[in-house]
Amino acid sequence: MRKAPEIPEINTGSSADMAFLLLIFFLVTTTFDTDKGIIRMLPPIVEKQEKAESKVKERNVFVVLVNAKDQLLVEGELMDIRQLREKTKEFLLNPLDLPNLPEKEEKDIPYFGKVRVSKGVISLQNDRGTSYGKYLEVQNELTAAGNEIKDQIAMQKFNKHFDDLPEDQQDAIKQYVPVMISEAEPKNIGAGKGRK
Amino acid sequence: MAVFRKKGGRKAKLTLSSMSDIVFMFLFFFMVTTTFRSASLKVRVHVPGATEVKKIENKSLVSYIYIGFPFNVKMYGTEPRIQLNDTFKEVDDIRDFIASERAQKSEADQTKMTVSLKIDKDVKMGIVTDVKQALRRASALKINYSGRKDDSYLK
Repeated sequence: MRKAPEIPEINTGSSADMAFLLLIFFLVTTTFDTDKGIIRMLPPIVEKQEKAESKVKERNVFVVLVNAKDQLLVEGELMDIRQLREKTKEFLLNPLDLPNLPEKEEKDIPYFGKVRVSKGVISLQNDRGTSYGKYLEVQNELTAAGNEIKDQIAMQKFNKHFDDLPEDQQDAIKQYVPVMISEAEPKNIGAGKGRK
Repeated sequence: MAVFRKKGGRKAKLTLSSMSDIVFMFLFFFMVTTTFRSASLKVRVHVPGATEVKKIENKSLVSYIYIGFPFNVKMYGTEPRIQLNDTFKEVDDIRDFIASERAQKSEADQTKMTVSLKIDKDVKMGIVTDVKQALRRASALKINYSGRKDDSYLK
């Protein structure tokens, strides 16, 4: 009997080599630089700045100031950055309705009904000589305070973390505890000048 | 010798055909995830640490502004500089930069454009403030302070 003709085989051993070559190329060029950061909205340029500012009462403003020596001044008091988060939370919530903390106004909010919402605004001021690292640390603490409050309320109300809630519930919480951080117009506060 | 030949008559062969499949799988993964760095950095940018950092969702909507200290001290000095795309620029150039970045994006996405500020932690706020004001004037209002996840400053 004659042997059946053999099917010619392609030698695929080298295809692995080629793929490896390409693989190594992409391995080397890959940069997983996922950009992370704190998102902020800048205010649009307004010509008449004074009008908007004079409306806000002093008790409703939480002044956080960072000077050129990177010192933190909160509502006129020197403060360590580790205390800032608690202080900010106290300001935003004003649980005891203290007269020196922000006013509240009644609002109708989905999921919450008629509630009293704080009118507080955080004003972050800095000098031209403040280092960016310190500035972002302060920004981060203020954001953290807001996020912690939101998470706390989400837990109380919906028994879920804020990030796990659907969008409309997140919006409701955002309305319930508005975290407004205003980055002040540039000023020269002193204690060292200009860019170094 | 004869004893050995009897035993080693058959050679065990590994099938290598599946190996290329596996390698190809890796290859495609890296091909898809690769992003070619569009600009080579000319400034040192150590972004500050923060705990509340969030990922930016849509990368194609992001434009980058780098501010840091030049690597080439002899040529560019030790003052912090602004890098847009591949070159050093001044604050006044930001307007044009934003305009050109905006033109590259589709009309629907133009309003969602985010400017990511990659700024070294030792840069003074003076230059940052100038950049922010320039962004406001160019009405690029959504910005991102780039940071990395780190809470060591609280300890």
